[in-house]
Amino acid sequence: MREVTLEIDGKAVRAREGETVLQAARRAGVEIPTLCYDEELEPYGACRICVVEVERGGRTRTVASCCYPVEEGLKVRTETAELRSLRKTLLELASLTGGPEREGSRFWRMVREYGADPSRLLSRVGGRERECILCGLCVRTCASVTQDGVLAFVGRGVERSVALFPEKTEYCRLCGYCSRACPTGKIPPGGPARAFPSVYERAKPLSKSSI
Amino acid sequence: MARLRSPEELERLRKEILESRDPSRTFVTVNTRSACGLAAGSEEVAERLREEMEKRGVEGRVELRRTGCNGFCQMEPVVTVYPSEIFYVNVKPGDVAELVEGMEKGRVVERLLFQDPLTGQRIERAPDLPFYRHQRKILLSLNGKIDPTRIEDYLAEGGYRALSKALFQMSPEQVLEEVKRSGLRGRGGGGFPTGRKWETTRNAPGEPKYVIVNCDEGDPGAFMDRSLMEGNPHSVLEGLIIGAYAIGSHHGYIYVREEYPLAVQNVSVALEQAREHGLLGEDILGSGFDFDVEVHRGAGAFVSGESSALMTAIEGKVGEPRPKYIHTAVKGIHDKPSCLNNVETWANVPLIILHGADWFRSLGTPGSPGTKIFSLVGKVHYTGLVEVPMGMTLRDIIFKVGGGIRGGKRFKAVQTGGPSGGVIPEQHLDTPVDFDELTKLGSMMGSGGMIVMDEDTCMVDVARFYIHFLLEESCGKCIPCREGLRVLDRILTDLCEGKGREGDLKTIEEICEVMAEASLCALGTTAVNPVLSTMRYFRNEYEAHLRGECPARVCKALTAYHINPDRCQGCLLCLRNCPSGAIRGEREVVHVIDQERCTRCGICYATCPFGAVEKLSPPVAPRAQYGVRVRKEGRK
Repeated sequence: MREVTLEIDGKAVRAREGETVLQAARRAGVEIPTLCYDEELEPYGACRICVVEVERGGRTRTVASCCYPVEEGLKVRTETAELRSLRKTLLELASLTGGPEREGSRFWRMVREYGADPSRLLSRVGGRERECILCGLCVRTCASVTQDGVLAFVGRGVERSVALFPEKTEYCRLCGYCSRACPTGKIPPGGPARAFPSVYERAKPLSKSSI
Repeated sequence: MARLRSPEELERLRKEILESRDPSRTFVTVNTRSACGLAAGSEEVAERLREEMEKRGVEGRVELRRTGCNGFCQMEPVVTVYPSEIFYVNVKPGDVAELVEGMEKGRVVERLLFQDPLTGQRIERAPDLPFYRHQRKILLSLNGKIDPTRIEDYLAEGGYRALSKALFQMSPEQVLEEVKRSGLRGRGGGGFPTGRKWETTRNAPGEPKYVIVNCDEGDPGAFMDRSLMEGNPHSVLEGLIIGAYAIGSHHGYIYVREEYPLAVQNVSVALEQAREHGLLGEDILGSGFDFDVEVHRGAGAFVSGESSALMTAIEGKVGEPRPKYIHTAVKGIHDKPSCLNNVETWANVPLIILHGADWFRSLGTPGSPGTKIFSLVGKVHYTGLVEVPMGMTLRDIIFKVGGGIRGGKRFKAVQTGGPSGGVIPEQHLDTPVDFDELTKLGSMMGSGGMIVMDEDTCMVDVARFYIHFLLEESCGKCIPCREGLRVLDRILTDLCEGKGREGDLKTIEEICEVMAEASLCALGTTAVNPVLSTMRYFRNEYEAHLRGECPARVCKALTAYHINPDRCQGCLLCLRNCPSGAIRGEREVVHVIDQERCTRCGICYATCPFGAVEKLSPPVAPRAQYGVRVRKEGRK
């Protein structure tokens, strides 16, 4: 595998071609916050908290570092005022469904750290708090350990949510991976059965006013 | 039909078809091969024509041809009599007998001709209609003339000649070079140079390589791709085969949205016929080149028009965009190089190969050569599909092709590019339409939707409409798009309902910035355009809504209806039409609207022949006393 050298926050970092900026940064000891990322799983690119600025050929743009491939000569900035502000608003958007707060969970620690105000947008638009930011870690982790998946996404857009296949709960070995993966602390160590409704229940259309 | 094994056999077949056809022979076309015609009742008209022609014994001399859309959808069912191109509009089954009699006697049925609403003049021939006169039809030239379910019609017009030329007179590299040199840019909206995209897929490592037609057209008010697929599917297919040859692909997909059943049907017939004729499948025309195509029906998701989502859907998974900074041209379907182009882009390819890159570059602007099909809709006199050279100004498209604004109203803005585009106000009407110019104005070309709005359009309401559409169509995978749309939808709805709050405009701008910067796919990054462009050009309307006023008097919560006592003639018309019984009145007594019961449906406003009903915003109607006698002086 070919090696490339890129610059992350002013530091020269060597990386293998095919790696992502996030992987290269973490190995070099540069911390980039993430919510939907797990190094054991395929990058998913849903939470966008890992945004960084990349400069290439004189052009700067904001990208998700968990998916962006390293390149020779790429200049990466992981911590600027703009990025902090972007992450702060993203966290406020996520908290529209991520509440109510469960202290000590990964998500809420990050909300505090970025000085995000979870009530700001919530009080303006009203949310559907269900302790879930739809990062998909539970769904994807479960699919990777059970080959099939007890959990699934149902619904589209703002109607998207995580639900459970009740007939598949027999596969559930109570491995606890989903519980550990969950950034909001919604899933108890006892497994997902009580955290999520059945997919058949959720398949019923929601009324417009519930959006 | 025996498979054609060489270009000579193709030409021999073409000659046979042409020799069996007398060019001076009359044929009539009815649009029963596209949805717009069928919806207007063209099937009944066609059936009656068939019966009547049989009855009068002219069916041997006159051919009845079922075709696709000719663009002037508003006038369907249209019957055109060739070769003179006499154009009959809004034909009813009851008109058919007179029509056939006219054909028999060589007489034109005056009353069924198009009447210019401005001059009152009847116009006989299609090319003389103001709607067609300013168009330049190269892609749509056969729509409305050939039967898309008969390959002979396409062959008679020179079909598959470009394919034969590409396969036998050009190397794949030369085909690629010609398309690159033509400057063709992706007609799906992005405007990416097509030749460069092809080259990327061609040079990308990995086999097999795929070529794909994107017919997931989903913008509200857009029907360009539908019309091409329904009316001339062979032109798209021919382009696709040529592209596959240049790229080195042997497998193609045509992704058609589920909502276009007739497009699926017509393109499937086309594929079957092309295979039978040896124009598709193994050893095409004896060239040794193999290529075949599958039709994939989309499951009705707007977001599946996005390239990575479309390819995920073809793989059989939920059509959600993938987080890829590596283009699908390099890693697409099953991570193999996949070249996706829009319907209209593919349809341009045979023309470029046949007539050359220089010919193509002679049309349009240097940066955006060729023509573009738009679906011109909204408050213009003539609506439908129009094809014009790139670089025509918005003003010419709207006022010459479209005939200007209906009902003596003032032009306010034109929306281009669908939910990814924006509105363009009057001061920019002289902008030449091409990819770069529209982007500069904060809108975009998009796939070619063009919605014309008049002074009675509320710009906040327009933004709300598009955001609500996207809220329902976003896949919901990434936070900025899903939650950002939720916030924008709530705030814009509140503004339209008079519930705006201080700081709302700042919040809108902040959310738009985050969505544009951080969303996973183009649905989210461009979703902000309808909002930002209306804010850029009509900020005063947003501010007015915060004060509880709708300047265009559209938003119901911010509007009240009032009957002007100086104008009311006490005729009872509004009262009888009011569905909520909110109007009180009697003959000769000024009518009064009960504001509590009024639902602001606007029927009284539309029905009053004296213009006595007024729309007010802010919604404060003057106190009205019941029992005032009408004033007769002003009566006409």
